[in-house]
Amino acid sequence: METIESLKKRVQDLEAKLAEASKTITPQQMREKIGQMSSEVVDSNPYSRLMALKRMGIVDNYERIRDFTVAVVGVGGVGSVTAEMLTRCGIGKLLMFDYDKVELANMNRLFYQPHQAGLSKVEAAERTLREINPDVEFEVHNYNITTMENFQHFMKRISEGGLTGGPVDLVLSCVDNFEARMAINTACNEMGQTWIESGVSENAVSGHIQLIIPGETSCFACAPPLVVATNTDEKTLKREGVCAASLPTTMAVVAGFLVQNTLKYLLGFGQVTHYLGYNALQDFFPTMAMKPNPQCDENHCLRRQKLYKEQEAARPKEVVVEKKEEIIVHEENDWGIELMSETTEDELKAAEGEVPVLTEGVTVAYTKPEPPAQIQDEEISSTTEQSLEELMKQMKGL
Amino acid sequence: MVDEATKRTLAQIPLHKTKAGPRDGELWVQRLKEEYQTLIKYVQNNKEADNDWFRLESNTEGTRWFGKCWYIHELLKYQFDIEFDIPVTYPTTAPEIAIPELDGKTAKMYRGGKICLTDHFKPLWARNVPKFGIGHAMALGLGPWLAVEIPDLIQKGVISHAERAMNGAEDT
Repeated sequence: METIESLKKRVQDLEAKLAEASKTITPQQMREKIGQMSSEVVDSNPYSRLMALKRMGIVDNYERIRDFTVAVVGVGGVGSVTAEMLTRCGIGKLLMFDYDKVELANMNRLFYQPHQAGLSKVEAAERTLREINPDVEFEVHNYNITTMENFQHFMKRISEGGLTGGPVDLVLSCVDNFEARMAINTACNEMGQTWIESGVSENAVSGHIQLIIPGETSCFACAPPLVVATNTDEKTLKREGVCAASLPTTMAVVAGFLVQNTLKYLLGFGQVTHYLGYNALQDFFPTMAMKPNPQCDENHCLRRQKLYKEQEAARPKEVVVEKKEEIIVHEENDWGIELMSETTEDELKAAEGEVPVLTEGVTVAYTKPEPPAQIQDEEISSTTEQSLEELMKQMKGL
Repeated sequence: MVDEATKRTLAQIPLHKTKAGPRDGELWVQRLKEEYQTLIKYVQNNKEADNDWFRLESNTEGTRWFGKCWYIHELLKYQFDIEFDIPVTYPTTAPEIAIPELDGKTAKMYRGGKICLTDHFKPLWARNVPKFGIGHAMALGLGPWLAVEIPDLIQKGVISHAERAMNGAEDT
């Protein structure tokens, strides 16, 4: 039964949609598709300044950008700006995934506009981006990738969503939660898909990007989540009455890092950073390379590591790759300890696992214990002869 | 922060041994049985301690869970519907428990009514994969959340007993 309330809401939604539709550009106003990117410097060429990168000797062949497909997962504060940058750069195809709606609470960030409130983020993004650059092909999916039914579809689109029906060239993670990052990590490890993870801290004053080539660089599950230390007293950051803060500035900086490295990766210029952090309070940018963890929890990561080692062994010896000096922040340290403030020192020590080698200014959000050789019997929930159906029934009958 | 009372509750919830998520076929069925056994034990413990505070059930695949939780404030019972999905990366990542009817009524929620957990929950969960399960997420996540947020919401007048009483009456 529809209530008056919900019908009123629906009328409102439809009115908003109608108002928006009348505002959209008519086909005549929208520019024609451009068959081939031109270097001609005229006011009417949207690509002239990009093609100038060739003349300046930065990029060999900028037009190749049109052959590439990028998937942006999460089109919020970072993802929407990322998608806009790629659209303006003339990327071939853009896939976007997000289950959220545009809300007025998003207006402290870039890209979305108040009149789009209520629309799904992917739908709103597609409309805006299509107007900015009709040459880009868009494919959008309005769902949560972490649930069973959607995850399968997500994997399929990553592996078949490229311009020629093959895998996409790069996946960009612009999600705002650990669960979704782990889902992307799982999918990319299984498929051997290169991706770049990005994030902005909940206090809005730090962020990072991390390139993940399954088997070759550290995957997202190889270590506990990394945090850029902002050297603020954690106690002063207690979130009274809020879950997360956000700033358009930090998000735009991170989106800029992300797309800059995407362009370098796709078009083959400069160096692609493995990890780049941003500490907004001190304007400090830690950077480092990260090897995968041979004890990673993820079986597919281990499989990819083995494959990569075999490939490397089979490859003819090359000149030794320059290695960055890394400062080890091992041994006695104070991160993580306050997370378990009611836990004793001994418990902590016993629970602490291997800490990855990190550069100065980057720490792990927490440490994980070494995987136990075998779980003791008393820990195990008693095994039963009851079937699942019987258990479900028993639970219902409580 | 894990206080002593929560620690005691936790100690009584059986731990899991099967590391399996919804994509793991037969192993998931095994894990699901463990989850149900644990939840049954936990609810029985709660009843014995006169602290019965939730019911849960799932779809046949065990991927979608729903139920009710209730909170007693000044002798009055406030009841809420709860729901969550088991993510494909479970049990490496915890389920995100939601109270959709409170969405928009408190800042301590993410969209869709997912409760905002403390800084301590995720590290603790990560350290206890695969031993922690749904029961632990309830005890460490939803329990403390209700204890802090519900009195506050009542005090602010955002929720009233009148609209919560009908659901609760049958169980009291």
